[in-house]
Amino acid sequence: MSAILETVTFNDEGFLTDPNAWSRELAEAIAAQEGIELTEKHWEIIEFCRQKGLESGAAPTLRQITKGTGISTKELFSLFPKGPAKKVAKIAGLGKPEGCV
Amino acid sequence: MSEENRKIAFICSKGDLDMAYPALIMGWAALGNGIDVTIFFTFWGLDLVTEKRVDKLELAPVANTSFKFSLMGLPTGNLGIPNIMGIIPGMTAFASWFMKKKIESLDVPPVREYLEMLHDAGAHMYGCKMTVDMFGLKEDDFLPVLDGVVTAGDFMDMTEGAQIIFI
Repeated sequence: MSAILETVTFNDEGFLTDPNAWSRELAEAIAAQEGIELTEKHWEIIEFCRQKGLESGAAPTLRQITKGTGISTKELFSLFPKGPAKKVAKIAGLGKPEGCV
Repeated sequence: MSEENRKIAFICSKGDLDMAYPALIMGWAALGNGIDVTIFFTFWGLDLVTEKRVDKLELAPVANTSFKFSLMGLPTGNLGIPNIMGIIPGMTAFASWFMKKKIESLDVPPVREYLEMLHDAGAHMYGCKMTVDMFGLKEDDFLPVLDGVVTAGDFMDMTEGAQIIFI
């Protein structure tokens, strides 16, 4: 499981340095490292973030995720405990989300 | 991770529109970083969680030394808005409307919605018992996001080991 993590590079904060080096297998491995087993609901959010992140060059914030996917704040925090926007950005191979809301 | 057990507690003592936001913004940022958040609303701060007050928070333009004409986009540098203008009826309403519009333009939610977001993200929120008694408020005067009304002593017990920020 962790072998795939050796094939790419992460920055000091644990974010993938090159978003193009991302793959679904890599996402599974990063998620496992964060203690998250990815379900369909997780993927819905990851795919939304990938799309938005690559489009704008910045990982979406919490509010952008809830507004964009229609998934509630409560559910988002239970799917990705302890800081959902940062966790999703990591798993989706994007940079650290910027912005306050 | 090292952040695992970090706890932050905010004491909100002000009911002005501009003073409502610091705890909401920092609390939201803390939750986004996996930090435990507790907010204690005391004195005027209780307005933020009071059903009748939360949507009517205001910003008074009187005796605010940061009020400059440049806030309205005018090229007037440090020229202040005279206090005498602030006392004209309707100026507080105008300043409040103006700030709300600015907040909205940044896609920052209004106070009520922000509190709901914090609640859904797991923040604990309490009202100050002494203030509630003093203002003669009842449980159904508050927004459902409030977890309860507690004493200052209870708050101290709940926030053991937390970093406390007074606003």
